[in-house]
Amino acid sequence: MRPFDYHRGTGIEDATRAAVQGSFIAGGTNLIDLMKLEVMAPERLIDITRIEELRGFEATDGGGLRIGALVSNTDLANDPRVRRHWPVLSRALLSGATQQLRNKATTGGNLLQRTRCLYFYDRAMLCNKRAPGTGCGAMEGVNRILAVLGTSEHCIATHPSDMAVAMMALGAEVEIVRASGGTERLPLDDLYLLPGDTPERETVLAPGDLIAAVILPAPVEGRQAYRKVRDRASYAFALVSVAAVVAVEEGRISRADLAFGGLAPKPWRSREVEAALVGQAPSEALFDRAADILLEDARGHGDNDFKIPLARRVLKAVLADLTTGAVA
Amino acid sequence: MQTSLTINGTARELDLDPRTSLLDALRHHLGLTGTKKGCDHGQCGACTVLVNGRRVNACLSLLCMHDGDEVTTIEALGQPGALSPMQQAFVEKDGFQCGYCTPGQICSATAMLEEIAQGWPSHVTEDLEARPELTIEEISERMSGNLCRCSAYPNIVDAIRKAAGEVA
Repeated sequence: MRPFDYHRGTGIEDATRAAVQGSFIAGGTNLIDLMKLEVMAPERLIDITRIEELRGFEATDGGGLRIGALVSNTDLANDPRVRRHWPVLSRALLSGATQQLRNKATTGGNLLQRTRCLYFYDRAMLCNKRAPGTGCGAMEGVNRILAVLGTSEHCIATHPSDMAVAMMALGAEVEIVRASGGTERLPLDDLYLLPGDTPERETVLAPGDLIAAVILPAPVEGRQAYRKVRDRASYAFALVSVAAVVAVEEGRISRADLAFGGLAPKPWRSREVEAALVGQAPSEALFDRAADILLEDARGHGDNDFKIPLARRVLKAVLADLTTGAVA
Repeated sequence: MQTSLTINGTARELDLDPRTSLLDALRHHLGLTGTKKGCDHGQCGACTVLVNGRRVNACLSLLCMHDGDEVTTIEALGQPGALSPMQQAFVEKDGFQCGYCTPGQICSATAMLEEIAQGWPSHVTEDLEARPELTIEEISERMSGNLCRCSAYPNIVDAIRKAAGEVA
């Protein structure tokens, strides 16, 4: 590991100022690993774990929930409000990592974790994300776990989070403290950038910008599910995952909030798919049409071709489960 | 970097390079070699210790971030002649072969029984709001962060069930 200066942040302003030349650290479950491999080598680490304002939960005026950036994946999954009103989020969290990792991993860090693309991790390989302009070894390499949607000719990395997929389906917002001053709230969808010509830029955050919290909107009517397909039964990243909040009224779908993991460089949401479902009576033909729309621009790269038919089957299975017997 | 923390009930002061992991601090600087280094990347669980009562991978922790924390390692769970119920159950049920993963398995399993007692759900818990039961499926899921290359899994599961009083 390369040497670094360690700074224990005493408050948000102190931390954001210090991190303009450095990296925040909280759980460290991804960053420390990447630093050991020297894939990341920040000159300074700003420990934010002692900053009180980043801790805990707060009910919002609108019936939602503000989740502090330092809330652990364990405490978020276990929270009685989340288990009752946003179960898709508990389910997504519990499907990820191991109990040891969830105990350390935080809400903010989970959103900003890096891809597990093998070419990003291996410094002997070509990677435009790790070393811009050097090429992408994954494109024609071992790409079973990589993306089929939202990619560019420079990068096909997937975003690995389960938590973020559920938050995307729930319409979560992210509260950001800018290093330049001021606080902003963004839809989670707007936090992430697609790779395009600059795969090294993954979010709209500038150096020193800090995620302070995630805000869940008030719970909505409907049934929720997180379905994750992976190479082993536990402790594996998603090949394909679907987070869904679906409601049926008088025989027609009244809500279909969907997000997908394992398919794209960011948690993937398609408003076109949702619009095609809402107002329609559930049927296999309808679900196929939704999958057609989702996967219209999907492109495999060899090893990961299977994700395209797999995503169709997982989406159809989730929609069938959530609409069966749900007629109000 | 000056770090003050409590390890196995004893106050410790360490002044080490900030790169030092909690795992290396325990093994190389405090002589607590019960905690094992397996993958050093958070994948195998051999380095599992309890920090403020919760199980974590000591390899993915920087010592300097643990100022003020309470760390418990396998050395404090029991001693020869006075084993903890989980340690005793691993011996009686032969929950190991080479034994390298065993300290991590035992720290992890000890925390896991407490998590179940507190009602934490898991990926395989059917009802998120019901009290979880200590089924074999639950044990397997909750222990998925601890690998055993000798594949002593059936006996590890038996040992955990015995320590929990589920089987004789």
